[in-house]
Amino acid sequence: MEKLRYERPIIKKLNTGFVNKFGTQTKNEVVSHLEGASVKELIHQYGSPLFVISEKQIRRNFQHASRVFKTRYPKVQFAWSYKTNYLNAVCRVFHQEGSWAEVVSGFEYEKALGNGVPGNKIIFNGPDKTEEQLILAAQNNSLIHIDHFDELYMLIKVSEEFSLKPRVAIRVNMDTGIYPKWDRFGFNYENGQAWSAVTKIIHSGLLSLVGLHCHIGTFMLETAAYGIAATKLSELAHKIKANFGLAVQYLDLGGGFPSTNTLKGSYLPGTDTVPTIDQFADTISEAILGAGFDQEELPLLILETGRALVDDAGFLLGTVLANKRLSDGRSSTILDIGVNSLFTAFWYDHKVTPAQEGGQYTEETVLYGPLCMNIDIIRENISLPLLKRGDHVVVHKVGAYNMTQWMQFITLRPNILLLDQNSHPHVIRQAETLNYLQSGELVPEHLAKSSLS
Amino acid sequence: MNLSGSLQNPKRKLVIAVTGLNAIDSPGPGVAVIRAIRESNEYELRIIGLSYEALEPGIYLHDLVDKTYQIPYPSAGVENLMHRLTRIHEIEKIDLIIPNFDAELFSFIKLSERLKEMGIRTFLPDLEQFEARHKISLYKFGKKHHLMVPEDRIVNQVNELNKAADDLDFPLVVKGKYYDAMIVNTKEEAQKAFYKLQAKWGLPVIAQKFITGTEINIAVLGDGKGNTISVIPMRKLYITDKGKAWAGITIEDASYLELADKFVKATNWRGGCELEIMQTTEGISYIMEVNPRFPAWIYLTAGAGQNQPATLVKMALGEKVEPFKHYTVGKMFIRYAWDLVTDVSEFQQISVKGEL
Amino acid sequence: MKFKKNIATSDTGFVFNPGSGDSFSSNQIGTDIIACFKEDKSRQEIIELISDKYDVERNQLEKDLEDFLTQLREHNLLEE
Repeated sequence: MEKLRYERPIIKKLNTGFVNKFGTQTKNEVVSHLEGASVKELIHQYGSPLFVISEKQIRRNFQHASRVFKTRYPKVQFAWSYKTNYLNAVCRVFHQEGSWAEVVSGFEYEKALGNGVPGNKIIFNGPDKTEEQLILAAQNNSLIHIDHFDELYMLIKVSEEFSLKPRVAIRVNMDTGIYPKWDRFGFNYENGQAWSAVTKIIHSGLLSLVGLHCHIGTFMLETAAYGIAATKLSELAHKIKANFGLAVQYLDLGGGFPSTNTLKGSYLPGTDTVPTIDQFADTISEAILGAGFDQEELPLLILETGRALVDDAGFLLGTVLANKRLSDGRSSTILDIGVNSLFTAFWYDHKVTPAQEGGQYTEETVLYGPLCMNIDIIRENISLPLLKRGDHVVVHKVGAYNMTQWMQFITLRPNILLLDQNSHPHVIRQAETLNYLQSGELVPEHLAKSSLS
Repeated sequence: MNLSGSLQNPKRKLVIAVTGLNAIDSPGPGVAVIRAIRESNEYELRIIGLSYEALEPGIYLHDLVDKTYQIPYPSAGVENLMHRLTRIHEIEKIDLIIPNFDAELFSFIKLSERLKEMGIRTFLPDLEQFEARHKISLYKFGKKHHLMVPEDRIVNQVNELNKAADDLDFPLVVKGKYYDAMIVNTKEEAQKAFYKLQAKWGLPVIAQKFITGTEINIAVLGDGKGNTISVIPMRKLYITDKGKAWAGITIEDASYLELADKFVKATNWRGGCELEIMQTTEGISYIMEVNPRFPAWIYLTAGAGQNQPATLVKMALGEKVEPFKHYTVGKMFIRYAWDLVTDVSEFQQISVKGEL
Repeated sequence: MKFKKNIATSDTGFVFNPGSGDSFSSNQIGTDIIACFKEDKSRQEIIELISDKYDVERNQLEKDLEDFLTQLREHNLLEE
């Protein structure tokens, strides 16, 4: 006689606050394959944990967003936000699709050049640009987005010294009715700071003001805020035109579109509440088209969308290390995925699904990572089928920020795999080794000899 | 031989699914809605209860609820809810769903088109109407439509509470995003309330200016085209420690009818809602809150001559409905607790099978 | 370690403790194990029976049985 499929025996108390399987979930979703590739096979071949990025999904996302904006506004340009995910392979997929590069540090700038992006298609943002970097960017005819007056004066100084005429925009911060106000970046619109920066740039005669930039926040759930931002940037553009006869060439609305991840502390899941890219496009294009630009002076709309284009193209595969009953009777599961690689576990209640069929029964579980550190928690509370040691799980929507903000801590960082459009796997970043980790370390001579034996 | 004539004029068969069966000390309106609909006596009704928890009393009231199914919490997402509703619909062929919880309305409004395609009607406000009256936007909404709403501050971080307290003064009402409100007198109390409400309902939390006066509740039914079909104002006579009405009485005051009318015109409200009003000693009526569904005391509207749930059913079926003109002033309700006795087997049935 | 005698169980996995009024729900394996307890089977016998019926390694089962006992103890369903 064939034996029945096994699952752990459990017993749950039923009470008023009780949520049974009908309450929490009506179906246990199993994700055993990604783009046709078996999770089990991938882990077998490339180890666990394992980041997997779907090239197909990136292209789908990009083409969709591009179509959505271009059907509403005639001149649209996306610039890939490097900090969201600067693996060269990922950046190159975006560049192949036509994205420019948006960078916020010297090394990101060099990465963009290395990925074959022409200098004049790199947007250099951020509060930290050195003199050398500014000179290089100016020489390459890149778009320099000025963040503060100290930078503005430095740029004027080097332009004079090296006879450069850099193309610049200012970053503008403003009240768009949302919380928190990102007033730490750029020049404030309401108090006149932005206007005095514009005046300074134009009067210097050394910089060429080509655009206006803002970036109102991150994981924005209010589309209306973008309408306000676009309107205020347009007003500023009109004022520049009226006072100096100069038509700015582009408005850069920055990034901040959310993915469908569920933010911690929110009651409804992100898939239900997050506005679609269409809604953002509607609001932004209506605001600019309604701002009264002459047809021939309609500014190019630049978008630095990161998260919304890559988050759902990233998956983190992992393995169950152990199950443990906590002292208060709660169940917990230890995975080999820690917060050192899944940084976004601090922000999101990530969707986690088993990679193999399980029973109908589910259990409320804490998902811990493998680190010997108390804050290593992947999910504080999740209802999952009964997993056992060696089972695999898939963490969803991890494409944004994890592969840049991850930490080398306690464990080494795993392989990153790209599934190409034919679902063929390519390692695009090798798992770290002890040698890699120690390659920059030096031991002073007086510590060279081991004293223990 | 049939003398009653019912063969010539058979009642229309109708399957109506209702949520909010938690007729407990802080009650959901489901049981009251069902009573009111059953009272209309115009249809051959089958009432399907949709419950979240196994101890919602309505599940066990078999003369009111024919059959109950558990449904997933809104936090499980609309797809899970849709999946479950589809299953239930296959068995029950639902004509109409009347959701009664604030927290679930977002999901049902989002699904209303898809439900319609399946042949399930709803009669709900659209998302825009629904969001406009949300606690978070109510002050802005009031300003726009010249309706009095107490000033408030949206609080996302505990340190913003101090600022709100400076602006609005103590005492302050600290409110959760969906439910619950606490009156606080000190910064410490305010912080405590903030953490409690944040943990339960998420961010933001609302700090609202405290207004004293007479509490009036108004049950309103709008047709979605700006017309007010029914308005019943009620004064709470006895309030539980949870702030719920235990007894109330219909009152006569044209200003409330006007206020309700103004609200319905401003929003084109579709379906039932409850306006919570505070009338100050100066005679100003503040809208404290707009609940986007029937209140738990909705059965009183049937008693007062404007059966709002039954009228909503008619409107949902596309029947023409004229606005009510009269209601009985001085109709009272006194809520009572009543112990229903059942066997553990029923509890087992709903707990394990998810239906009863 | 003994399962309380008066505890009522059903095939659907519903468990009712008339002594405390608490109700519980268990999965199929849990229900099978409880049935064994009620027949006063030893831990060894239970492991034999369950591993005959289900596809499971003994080590795994032993560990999970231990955990199940912890749960039963937690829920006050065992006589110490």
